[in-house]
Amino acid sequence: MQENAIEMIGITKTFPGVVANDNVNLSVRDNEVHALLGENGAGKSTLMSILFGSYDADSGIIKIRGKEVRIKNPNDATALGIGMVHQHFKLVHNYTVTENIVLGIESRTRLGMLDLKSAERRVAELSAKYGLMVNPRDRIEDISVGMQQRVEILKTLYRNADILILDEPSAVLTPQEIDELMDIIRRLKQEGKTIILITHKLREIKAVAERCTVLRRGKYIDTVDVASATEEQMAELMVGRAVKFEIDKAPAKPGDVRLSIRDLSVLNSRGTAGVKNLSLDVRSGEIVGIAGIDGNGQTELIYAITGLAPAQSGSILVNGADICKMTVKQRIEAGIGHIPEDRHKHGLILDFSIAENAVLKDYDKEPYSSRLGVLDFQKINDRARDLIDQYDIRAGEGPVMKARNMSGGNQQKVIIAREIGLSPDVLVVAQPTRGLDVGAIEYIRKRIVEERDKGRAVLLVSFELDEIMNLCDRIAIISKGEIVGTFDAGEVDEHQIGLMMAGMRLDAPKETER
Amino acid sequence: MINILGKVPTILMLVSPILITATGGMICERSGVVNIALEGLMIFGAFAAATAHFFLEPVIGPNSVWIALLVGACFGMLFSLIHAFAAISLNADQTVSGTGINLLANGVTIFLAQILFKQDRTKQFMLGMMPGPGGIYPTAYIALAVIAVVWFVLYKRPYGLRLRSCGENPQAAASVGINVTSIRYVAVLASGFLAGLAGSCLVLTTNTQFNSTTVNGHGFIALAVVSFGRWKPLGIAGASLLFGTALAFSIIASDVTILRQFPTEMFNIMPYAITLLTLVIFSGKNYAPLAAGKPYEKGAS
Amino acid sequence: MTGKGHKRGIRELLLSSDGALSVMVVLLGFLCGTILILCVGRNPLGLYKAVIQVLTGWSIKLGRWDIRYVGEWLAQSMPFILCGLSMAFAARTGLFNIGGEGQYVVGITVAQVFAILGPQVPVLHWVLALTLAILAGAVWGGIVGWLKARFEVSEVVATIMLNYIALYGSRILIMRIPGTNTYKTPDFPKTALLGSDFLSQLTNGSLLNLGMIFVIISVVAYWFIIEKTRMGFGLRATGFNKEAARCSGIPVMRSVVLSMAIAGAFAGLAGGIVSLGSFKYGRVLASNDGYGFTGIAVALVGNNTAVGTLLAGLLFGMLSSAQGLMQSNGIPKEITFIIQGLVVIFIAIRTGFRMFFKYTMKAKNGGEVARND
Repeated sequence: MQENAIEMIGITKTFPGVVANDNVNLSVRDNEVHALLGENGAGKSTLMSILFGSYDADSGIIKIRGKEVRIKNPNDATALGIGMVHQHFKLVHNYTVTENIVLGIESRTRLGMLDLKSAERRVAELSAKYGLMVNPRDRIEDISVGMQQRVEILKTLYRNADILILDEPSAVLTPQEIDELMDIIRRLKQEGKTIILITHKLREIKAVAERCTVLRRGKYIDTVDVASATEEQMAELMVGRAVKFEIDKAPAKPGDVRLSIRDLSVLNSRGTAGVKNLSLDVRSGEIVGIAGIDGNGQTELIYAITGLAPAQSGSILVNGADICKMTVKQRIEAGIGHIPEDRHKHGLILDFSIAENAVLKDYDKEPYSSRLGVLDFQKINDRARDLIDQYDIRAGEGPVMKARNMSGGNQQKVIIAREIGLSPDVLVVAQPTRGLDVGAIEYIRKRIVEERDKGRAVLLVSFELDEIMNLCDRIAIISKGEIVGTFDAGEVDEHQIGLMMAGMRLDAPKETER
Repeated sequence: MINILGKVPTILMLVSPILITATGGMICERSGVVNIALEGLMIFGAFAAATAHFFLEPVIGPNSVWIALLVGACFGMLFSLIHAFAAISLNADQTVSGTGINLLANGVTIFLAQILFKQDRTKQFMLGMMPGPGGIYPTAYIALAVIAVVWFVLYKRPYGLRLRSCGENPQAAASVGINVTSIRYVAVLASGFLAGLAGSCLVLTTNTQFNSTTVNGHGFIALAVVSFGRWKPLGIAGASLLFGTALAFSIIASDVTILRQFPTEMFNIMPYAITLLTLVIFSGKNYAPLAAGKPYEKGAS
Repeated sequence: MTGKGHKRGIRELLLSSDGALSVMVVLLGFLCGTILILCVGRNPLGLYKAVIQVLTGWSIKLGRWDIRYVGEWLAQSMPFILCGLSMAFAARTGLFNIGGEGQYVVGITVAQVFAILGPQVPVLHWVLALTLAILAGAVWGGIVGWLKARFEVSEVVATIMLNYIALYGSRILIMRIPGTNTYKTPDFPKTALLGSDFLSQLTNGSLLNLGMIFVIISVVAYWFIIEKTRMGFGLRATGFNKEAARCSGIPVMRSVVLSMAIAGAFAGLAGGIVSLGSFKYGRVLASNDGYGFTGIAVALVGNNTAVGTLLAGLLFGMLSSAQGLMQSNGIPKEITFIIQGLVVIFIAIRTGFRMFFKYTMKAKNGGEVARND
């Protein structure tokens, strides 16, 4: 009989205001690849953080290989052979690969000095054994994201982990790198490891997992055998109802060119080229999507269009006028709307009320401000009330409620309400549905299509390929700051897009055997 | 002409406390805690050393300076505990709690001086620290030893690797089982010890008593030194030399005929103006430890 | 049963109201001060007797009223309130202005120079002197704002450096005024003084002067600008979230400079009022008066609001004007600095207090569990 490597029984964990895990059970067999499936906020990461010792459960017990254990901190977990590859890498940016791997269990010379040479040798050994190619002397900030992930995996193997937890590993990878990751997982299983894969990507679960446990809103739902379950069935378990994968939308009716980017070059925060000679047009009444892996210039492109970063060269024309020299304020007035990628950093002021956030871009104009500069709070609150009604924003305290106290989905709605309310000619949207539950995601996607139908020019940047392929009328693929291909939706499939994301140029769509 | 070599002891006398304090500031910030209380901690150290030496000198003789140094250092370390507790355990705003200590320093020291000596400063001791060969005060060697030892520990010992990681990415450090809280406490207390030591060095070499103008902004200059030196031992040593020389100018100027016609205040202004200028030209924000100044939340991703 | 409910009420109040927490912090500061006085063998009653005398004019020792003490209290509160407003205004924009001292000195210097060298036209003389003091303070603060906006220089270190430069610079400048020795200038002409016979008689000969009007105007202006104008909206937005403000078209760099300039203006005004209201001649400053630094504590206790800063300024003014009385009751005047420093530290750990209360409340309630660290 196969012994269970891990058993988590009756785990409950609450944070102020939310029950993250509610009496959850999980059992993982030895040498199994077990998937943990759930939406954002379902409690998967919390459960695994408890397993890894980052959190303490309020109640419940954990058994490793049949023995009940108490895991109070990551050191305990490591001693039990559990290793975690985090979604947001826990790496020190200016240390080398080796330094990052040995941090916390440094090897010492006889005099107690730091011994990096023998560590480098061991890293090289492990690297070869598991096929995780890295250079031990490279600094983390200089290597690719895929390689950084391999360093994270090596960290666990260096500590002799038998049980590996991978938290949303594919979020930052190209389709090709994801295939490589799947191979790595298979190799690790071959070497006898037990793997827990936290993910919401059904395709990956079907590719490597044997069984899958589904969580929803903190509760345990079911454990299924992956081979015999369909993606639709798993999705329904994850969300609680039948999920529509496709969006209903009428074909686009593109009009005049509203946004015209010509030979744009932008430096990134490190001073190297973020965007190189990029050209792109967006017409009114169409949604153009920028597909690519995070870090290939999308952020710099958006910053250049919205005015948060200067363009090095090239031009950006909105309705024919070059906005490159304009301030952020002038660009807003020229008709650029922006739904930012990071809603807490750029989109909202959390300590302001809904009303104040709603007029963040036009508070200094009539009717919200008199000519002498005095604010009219009556008008501001009225405007907020209008938006709350129109967009069905859940705000228990009304317009004076602080943005901080709202849920992520409702915060995003405030931002969208504000931006759309300014009737922009060009709407720049970045990662609009990140971190939201399915209900909010559907609503927001519908709204974006509505704006397109009203005649706006929409530029959508997303790291979720599904979202791009579903919503967009035209797709431009960006890699290393350049557009490597522009196609109508339907002309290319995911595999081809993946190749282009990695930098290959494909001029014409080819027929490929799958 | 100006006898530059003859001015070296004076320059080193002023460089040493700056270097010692800056080293402490570097340790602290490298671990992730910003410590703008260095000024106040120097004040505490200077007061304690002056008081200790005043009382012990008649009993033990000139060697009581070494005890006074230790007393000053410990006094500084004691008060840095407040900042450590507030900033690390209570996640307070590190700038505010540091400023609080600076405000407290002036008040407490003069208050105690009133109680002990019935005046706003300590009573004068007979002889401070005696200069060694070449007229160079032992504090210069102390400063050199401090920076050398700290460099060694930070870059050659596992503890140093861990400490630096706490300042760059405390979540990463915690994820491999490092106790970020304990390392940060040690770093803050170390900076308090060194700042107290530096204050003691300052009062025992430049004066015969402690008063409200003894430290006079040297702690803040040390802060600028840390940033100008890009948080690295070698850079800090060089920066300390630069600022110490500027500070020494007002003393040196009285010996040089050409300079004597300028009001002394102009030379007083120089170190502060130079500090400001270097901050502007070499705004080294990009080199600061990534997590410095941010309160560490356990379990946050 | 009622006892427990009453306790829970206080804890909830302290959790939600910043004002209540400030009051508690001040009381705690006084408590520590009292303990310290006991530890060094003096009688803490001396402290409290002095406080009462200053607030009401009633001398317990002599058993009689003298409203002059109240006048002195109000007069001494003026620079505290203004320097508090200085720090508070910058804080609302997210800036830490510890340069109040330097901005104040610049205000003194300019006011003194104009008082002696300016045209001796009644009323106009001191009005212009104050105006110049305000502008000088604005420039001194604006420099810091510009350095921060343009070069990302930390305002914490820049302000300290400018404090020292202001002090020494002031000495150089004042000593060049003809007739000045190493510590004072010639007497001011009467037209430059802020003294008012009406106010003097009202308070039995105290130093309360016309500067009080400007202080009241400043408090109202502070409130109005921050809460009611679009400039205040932009500054508050910048203070809470600089990036989001920038993304919304708010001119952040300009806001930073403007905010520091206005903050400096408040402190400069303080300098002008002190030099022309409390002195009859110009001073060659030997050291800092300290209002700028205490202003930090005032703003923190007042939680950066107009009313709070006013009240906190009155509190610190009271402590300051009680120093003489304290000293004659055997209490070293430095106790006030100690109480100030403690108050700042306690405010800094305000969050800590909140955490502590949350934890004890939850433990008592039993049901909810606090985060297990």
